Amino acid sequence: MTALELAQKLKGKFGDVLAEPVEFRGEITLKLADAGRIVEVCSFAKSELGFDFLVDITSLDNYGDDPRWTIVYHLYGIGHRCHVRLKTDVSEEGSEISTVTGVWRTADWHEREIYDMMGIRFRGHPDLRRILMWEGYPYFPLRKDFPLAGKPTDLPEVAFTRPAPLEGGPFVTVAGGKDTIAREPRVRIPEN
Amino acid sequence: MADVREIEIRDAAAQAEAAAQLLQPAAEDLPDIHGEKMVLNMGPSHPSTHGVLRIVLELDGEIITKAAPEVGYLHRGDEKIAENMTYTQFIPYTDRLDYLAPLANNVAYALAVEKLLGIQDKLPPRCQYLRVICCELARISSHLLGVGAFAMDVGALTVFLLTFTEREKIYNLCESLTGARFTTSYTRIGGVSRDTPPGWCAAVRKFLKEVVVNIDEVETLLTRNRIWVDRTQGVGVIPKEIAVDYGLSGPNLRGSGVEYDLRRAHPYLVYDRLKFEVPVGSAGDCYDRYLVRMEEMRQSVRIIEQCLEQIPGGFDNPSKEPVNVSDGKIILPPKEKVLSSMEELIHHFINVTQGVDAPPGEIYFGAENPKGELGFYIHSKGGGTPHRLKIRAPSFVNLSILSWLLPGYMISDTVSILGSLDFVMGECDR
Repeated sequence: MTALELAQKLKGKFGDVLAEPVEFRGEITLKLADAGRIVEVCSFAKSELGFDFLVDITSLDNYGDDPRWTIVYHLYGIGHRCHVRLKTDVSEEGSEISTVTGVWRTADWHEREIYDMMGIRFRGHPDLRRILMWEGYPYFPLRKDFPLAGKPTDLPEVAFTRPAPLEGGPFVTVAGGKDTIAREPRVRIPEN
Repeated sequence: MADVREIEIRDAAAQAEAAAQLLQPAAEDLPDIHGEKMVLNMGPSHPSTHGVLRIVLELDGEIITKAAPEVGYLHRGDEKIAENMTYTQFIPYTDRLDYLAPLANNVAYALAVEKLLGIQDKLPPRCQYLRVICCELARISSHLLGVGAFAMDVGALTVFLLTFTEREKIYNLCESLTGARFTTSYTRIGGVSRDTPPGWCAAVRKFLKEVVVNIDEVETLLTRNRIWVDRTQGVGVIPKEIAVDYGLSGPNLRGSGVEYDLRRAHPYLVYDRLKFEVPVGSAGDCYDRYLVRMEEMRQSVRIIEQCLEQIPGGFDNPSKEPVNVSDGKIILPPKEKVLSSMEELIHHFINVTQGVDAPPGEIYFGAENPKGELGFYIHSKGGGTPHRLKIRAPSFVNLSILSWLLPGYMISDTVSILGSLDFVMGECDR
């Protein structure tokens, strides 16, 4: 039972919404066209195909493309030891997708982190609140339009974006440049 | 007057029943009119929480009825930072993930980027053996601290100091190998930063003899100790299906009876050539997780001994076996060539300024870290910086089980459970 065979089986059942399995560096990726059916696909994968271990859920920000978000599920089966990646797109207008906590309980914290960092909501999640940032933090930090240096918030003592005492000095790299040349300290325009 | 309640003796089945009764929806819906339940904050600054972890406990006397862990006090934005620097520049950040086993994180990250580049099988054998030695030294170091801190929290203070003397020796080995005790940044994309200094392998062999004595000493102090067994056996029982459903990995999963070790299931580096056993528990309680870690340390010693025998180039590498991939576009060329030859100069320049040119695509690579499965998901759009780097932290996933696990146990069991799960907040929060 290889990962490709299992992926073909998954595609066989959901052929209308799943694309052909793509292989890269020995890994199989399946693209799900309709994000609304994710729970169905995942339940089938867990109950029929033995993917009982959800390794990780990740979110991608395709800034500038539409749909803006891609959610990536990494499925694994302890019995058959095969790894399959499932990707699905979520548009920015809705920014919502159904939760898979009913399928794997570990999805709980992963989805909370995605909500916290990217702002994608999960319908039906038992407890969707921020996990790494504090409750009431107004921004979604991992989005591409959020600057690396951060933005000031309403808790000035807890989280501030003033440069650290020696940061911003003449020998410190400029964050967020395209390559090392753009981040070179000598690029810094000296304050007069 | 207050009614008499029997304290239940350690019996997994009875305790599970008691927990189930406590969690009955009917009982929870009743308003707390007598003020019986107390909310206790096991705050982020606490000696037993192994870092900055906050758990809000709702107690009914001594029994926990609800537990809500709060993480994120050590969140540093590593994933955001990774999108702004080249793959090589991110290596020091991987040290600081699981800061108790930095070599293992370095190796896992380097292997992930090498998988993306497609050069995982082109690594020279000496490099692979060195990385395995580093991983296993990190495993011994992490488990020594895990068991030591666990025992200290439960009350056996001597064990902590015993294990830390051995960890000091590992730190000295790291220092002579990499230059730093802690934040090693040893691996590079396509190899390691430097070969072993003369006498290092002999020092490792000497250390292995000493650490086995120390592990035996810890075993005599704890394994058949009446108090230790009473505090840990039957506490924090995680059944197999729950462990898999919650995504546990590493010794926590193996303590519950699931035989899943990434070094065996998906061998990377030279683990398929090495003989070692994977200890698996049966009851899934704190005692089993402790035993799994103790046995894993012994197996790590066995692995390192085999590596020292099999390593190409022997101890001090007189035949100058390579430790890096020979491609100049991936690994920095030697300095003499850079300063005298044009091609190497260009390679050096491009490598430092733009980074290794990764193909567009995405990979996931999981390594068997001491705490569990440390995974890196890299989505690349080409070029030297990743578009998205997700770190699948084992401690983050292992902690999610606390809200299921803690209710039903007494408050002093919290300390045992936290110690047995052996998480580190640097990895959990990234």
